[in-house]
Amino acid sequence: MSPSVPLQEMIRAIRSARTQCEERGVIQRECAAIRAQFRQSDNGGRSHNLAKLLYVHMLGYPAHFGQMECVRMIASPRYSEKRVGYLGAMMLLDEKQDASLLITNSIKNDLSHSNQYVQSLALCTLACMGSAEMCRDLAPEIDRLLRASNSYIKKKAALCAVHIVRKVHDLGEMFAPAARSLLSEKNHGVLHGAVVLITELCERNLETLEKFRKAVPDLVQIMKGLVISGYSPEHDVAGISDPFLQVRILRLLRILGHNNEAASDAMNDLLAQVATNTDSTKTVGNAVLYETVLTVLDIKSESGLRVLAVNILGRFLLNNDRNIRYIAMISLQKIVGTDHNAVQRHRGTIVDCLKDQDASVKRRALDLSLALVSASNIRSMMKELLIFLSSCPLELRSQAASGIFIAAGGDVRDETVPNLIQLITNASELHCYTVHKLYRALLTDISQQSLVQVACWCIGEYGDLLLRGECQETEPVQVHEDDVLDALETVLQSHMSSPATRGFALTATMKLSTRITDNVDRIRSIVSIYGSCIDVELQQRAVEYNALFKKYDHMRYICFEYAGHCVLFRFRLSALLLCLFFPQVCDLLDLLGGSEETLQPSPAAGGTAPGLPANTASTAGGDLLDLLGGLEPAPLTPGLTP
Amino acid sequence: MIKAILIFNNHGKPRLIRFYQYFAEDMQQQIIRETFHLVSKRDDNVCNFLEGGSLIGGSDYKLIYRHYATLYFVFCVDSSESELGILDLIQVFVETLDKCFENVCELDLIFHMDKVHYILQEVVMGGMVLETNMNEITTQVDVQNRMEKSEGGLSAAPARAVSAVKNMNLPEIPRNINIGDINIKVPSLSPF
Repeated sequence: MSPSVPLQEMIRAIRSARTQCEERGVIQRECAAIRAQFRQSDNGGRSHNLAKLLYVHMLGYPAHFGQMECVRMIASPRYSEKRVGYLGAMMLLDEKQDASLLITNSIKNDLSHSNQYVQSLALCTLACMGSAEMCRDLAPEIDRLLRASNSYIKKKAALCAVHIVRKVHDLGEMFAPAARSLLSEKNHGVLHGAVVLITELCERNLETLEKFRKAVPDLVQIMKGLVISGYSPEHDVAGISDPFLQVRILRLLRILGHNNEAASDAMNDLLAQVATNTDSTKTVGNAVLYETVLTVLDIKSESGLRVLAVNILGRFLLNNDRNIRYIAMISLQKIVGTDHNAVQRHRGTIVDCLKDQDASVKRRALDLSLALVSASNIRSMMKELLIFLSSCPLELRSQAASGIFIAAGGDVRDETVPNLIQLITNASELHCYTVHKLYRALLTDISQQSLVQVACWCIGEYGDLLLRGECQETEPVQVHEDDVLDALETVLQSHMSSPATRGFALTATMKLSTRITDNVDRIRSIVSIYGSCIDVELQQRAVEYNALFKKYDHMRYICFEYAGHCVLFRFRLSALLLCLFFPQVCDLLDLLGGSEETLQPSPAAGGTAPGLPANTASTAGGDLLDLLGGLEPAPLTPGLTP
Repeated sequence: MIKAILIFNNHGKPRLIRFYQYFAEDMQQQIIRETFHLVSKRDDNVCNFLEGGSLIGGSDYKLIYRHYATLYFVFCVDSSESELGILDLIQVFVETLDKCFENVCELDLIFHMDKVHYILQEVVMGGMVLETNMNEITTQVDVQNRMEKSEGGLSAAPARAVSAVKNMNLPEIPRNINIGDINIKVPSLSPF
């Protein structure tokens, strides 16, 4: 290949730089030279300069000053300049830049150029960075090229049409007739493009999908030709004739056959044939088989065919090649909702994959295992999952933990709630992620008591992390204090909530009073309402909390700051308030009243430190609490009440 | 849809980057760094699929990569692409490069970055697979390179002269030049 000498010299100069600093210097000098050359109106080496700029851009240095040069080069009559100009446009321009509008006219002219390679450059650029306006302008041109041109241009025009449809959905109808006629082409590249275009059209528009159902026999015919035909050296990849096209057609058949008896019938034979005849010893064969299995499971296929498909997946699971095992688990994940029993049969293998060394395989196995947890296998699954949690890589830990909570939440009995709380408290780095996940779970469903209890406890304890909004492991979402209080109130008022759950929710609401700033009055009102609640336990709590608000507001922070998982917290709180009500401890109260500055809330920092923060231990309040025996973490007893 | 194609070496230096979805420049470099970080940690006998990067839009995408000698070829795709199919596509792309460059190595990619882009343009267009037949791809690339060479201009004149002489078909020069009565037989010159 003829090299671009100036480009190579620059690359050599950059590579000979021994340090990052030296490299930066070389590049700055080169960029200055390029900029100067761009300003000159006419010089022979324009394409070399732009190529140099693109190299520099790849290394990460700014190259935006080349945008106008790209526009100029695209308009040049010389092929070499057009070529690099279009490449520059695809790398440096995007629809947000103003310069991209300027090339619309050039593209339009080049689409009707006599040279097919110039046409192909224009098509390629339009498909990569065409904006919605450009697409709307040029769609008729593309339609024309789809119908009347050679196969090289037709296949490019088909993919360009896909891009147009993605940008401007309404134009889909324009391309449907042309796409239909392309199915009778012989050239595999064109067929491939046509199938991609039809797939895109069917995914976007139901009516188009209905119309293309009539094309199922044609597609079946094309597939048969590929599968049965003799050896065709052009398209052969390891013994399979054009596997890429086969995979595309199978995918389209899946979309067309979904939820439609007639179409599914028409493809049953073909799918059976492909499933049995494809050679699965090489990767390409497996790609086609995998796609066939997904199609069979997604359309209304006969039961015999479904069994065949799940068996093929089972075989994949036992394959030595990790890639195959990985994609087998992906496809099992897709059908675990519909063919749950079939997937359950492979539970043993899947759980074994949790112990695989490969992180990707582990991740897939985790997702699948969580989906397979059911009432009958919960104990063994939980055991396996907890073993996994203790040894799994860091990046999977949060996902595993939340998955376990949510899977367990529906099916466990009350005694596991304290265990779950213990688990959460110990995993300090997960507090933020956990509280976000549980809050979201609470928003969707409050019928599972154990889950709701754990969720309320977390919100009360780590409410500040929830309200702060940022969390590394999940997408950040702004949670307002009102929303959180709404959620807790819903739990309090719902007829589905058990008394224990209500207790959790009320305490959580109270704990939030020390962690939020705006809505303390609302909390006060919620708590006072329950002062006259029929349920005695709830009433007692509400009255105590009310008292804290009214008379001993300054004590509130001590009581609710990071209670952690400390046992008998409730007893201590009641005991504390009891003491406060008796006049004998009046002098202690005076002492407390005089040391207000120590009763500021400590900064909300995550941590597993249960009990009080250190600074209150040295105050008079600390003496009072010493009376109560302190608040060190006691060993967890089954009678935990929050 | 293929969101990005990245080729970098064992130290993370980019050899080719192509994004089919818009990202700002600093974002692009960050994606390259993160991808290298994820991919370089992998053993050689684990599977070729990676999830877990967070920069390229959402949870719907994965990285499919192959490691050849000193280079990583990474395709970032979303769920609409067949994973095994993309793995085969990487193989087709590399074999095409091998054919076009004759035993391709990392230096070829470094010094002919623009050529590699043009080859890639014949395989993947707008984030979608365009052509997978190696012969077709190499034919089209050859024609376009010849077109570019043919309008080389003054700077290409020496190169064109050399190739013109190489293509001169000397045995076709007439052996018998009839100049009247004398029949001079011109000896056949061997091509040089």
